[in-house]
Amino acid sequence: MQRLIYMDRAATTPVSPGVLEVMLPYFSQKYGNPSSVYSLAQEARQAIEAGRQTCAEVLGASPREVIFDSGGTESDNTAIKGAAFALQEQGKHIITSAIEHHAVLETCHYLEKFGFEVTYLPVDKHGLVKVEDGEKAITDKTTLITIMLANNEVGTIEPIAEIGQVVKQARKKLPNLVFHIDAVQGAGALDLNVDKLGVDMLSLAAHKFYGPKGMGLLYVRRGVPFISQQRGGSQERNRRAGTENVPGIVGMAEALRLAEEKRSAYVEHCSKLRDRLIRGIASIEQSFLTGHPVLRLANNASFCFKYVEGESILLSLDFEGVAASSGSACTSASLEASHVLTAMGIPEEVAHSSIRFTLGWDNTEEDVDYVLRILPGIVKRLRAMSPLAAEAKKNV
Amino acid sequence: MYSPLVMEHFRNPRNVGELPDADGVGQVGNPVCGDVMKMMIKVAEDRIADIKFQTFGCGAAIATSSIATEMVKGKTLEEAMELSNKAVAEALGGLPATKMHCSNLAADGIHKAIEDYKSKRETKKA
Repeated sequence: MQRLIYMDRAATTPVSPGVLEVMLPYFSQKYGNPSSVYSLAQEARQAIEAGRQTCAEVLGASPREVIFDSGGTESDNTAIKGAAFALQEQGKHIITSAIEHHAVLETCHYLEKFGFEVTYLPVDKHGLVKVEDGEKAITDKTTLITIMLANNEVGTIEPIAEIGQVVKQARKKLPNLVFHIDAVQGAGALDLNVDKLGVDMLSLAAHKFYGPKGMGLLYVRRGVPFISQQRGGSQERNRRAGTENVPGIVGMAEALRLAEEKRSAYVEHCSKLRDRLIRGIASIEQSFLTGHPVLRLANNASFCFKYVEGESILLSLDFEGVAASSGSACTSASLEASHVLTAMGIPEEVAHSSIRFTLGWDNTEEDVDYVLRILPGIVKRLRAMSPLAAEAKKNV
Repeated sequence: MYSPLVMEHFRNPRNVGELPDADGVGQVGNPVCGDVMKMMIKVAEDRIADIKFQTFGCGAAIATSSIATEMVKGKTLEEAMELSNKAVAEALGGLPATKMHCSNLAADGIHKAIEDYKSKRETKKA
């Protein structure tokens, strides 16, 4: 059987062997409940605190500011609801963007049912939020701004540090204004230092950087108003109840340490492959790059191939051993075209033709060249079947 | 997600292409929703003598188009009018629930092509 060429790193990554190795003892040997007093349990407790220290160092934070949880979705939910409810006496206005992950957008929609008002900032054709738009949207009722560090579909990197400056200025009038970022796609590719970014809360998911699934963290800056969402025991300093996922924490910490250590090499490796892929695909007619040409994640190459539907390209790529992703409605249960692409002004019928390749450590130049060899034929075959392509030809 | 038969029809679609001198043409779906099917038929002695399709859509849309053309080719117009979207999905061994509504329009396309043929014939007579 041919080797799988995995180009869907933004969906998930394999757990790297080194990460798996450090996790394994915490399943069946050092399995104690960290809240217990005996030494078996204290081994687990120490592992958690060592992991917290590691994660805090990568973020430039204090270990007390790191809350372990089940992943990016929980982190986003907890951050947004936690801050919004804690500050609702002061105001019920939240600012976010139109291209956030559903974990953020659906949480905002949920809060709208509780009387919160949400401003969804537009983006330009490259998927960039304008800092001035964010600045103008702030009212005396604004309590929370939540923007993603980098977009999961098109890879555009948002001007977080600049928005952080705006928030800093705004705090002169609104001392409790909270700035949260969903940094899920940024780990391993971008600097996550919370002071440089100027953020109060930050979400991460371990499985996006060669760590385990079901594991994430939320950074909450000391003093930020926050109401715990998951109630129960006093774990995580009363901020997230539930017995800790000890192997998950150990694995995420190691994965994050490695991601940060190898960050510049990773960016170099991926961006070289990404640019090779982008250059090659440019020769396929009626196709275009989506997202920002420069301000984009090192591993993200996303495109639209007009007149062909994304899922049918994905299935065809899968037959040839290539795993990629699409913003087409047909690949989701929602039956709607990608909200990210439509917010960027791409018509829905074109958004259905989107394909995202996200590269990783295991990809090589040969992989990219293989994709470039098979993709033109796939697009050509599907276009030959497409009534839209036939119509477009007649109208020329 | 998809049955082996769906994948087989997706990989090797039957009767794909154009009929430049078609007697009837039926287009259904909407590019905004991500699915458009165009059915083209040649009619002889009240039967579908030839049929071709063009489809913009997902795997299910292409596979349903393909198998539906096989199901009606050579059939009388009356028999073809009885083909339902549900029967097309069943012939493929079923479709995922989310695909039943949006990507399963092939029978509608065929009906529309037959109606187009009939209305053209009426116009000619008149």
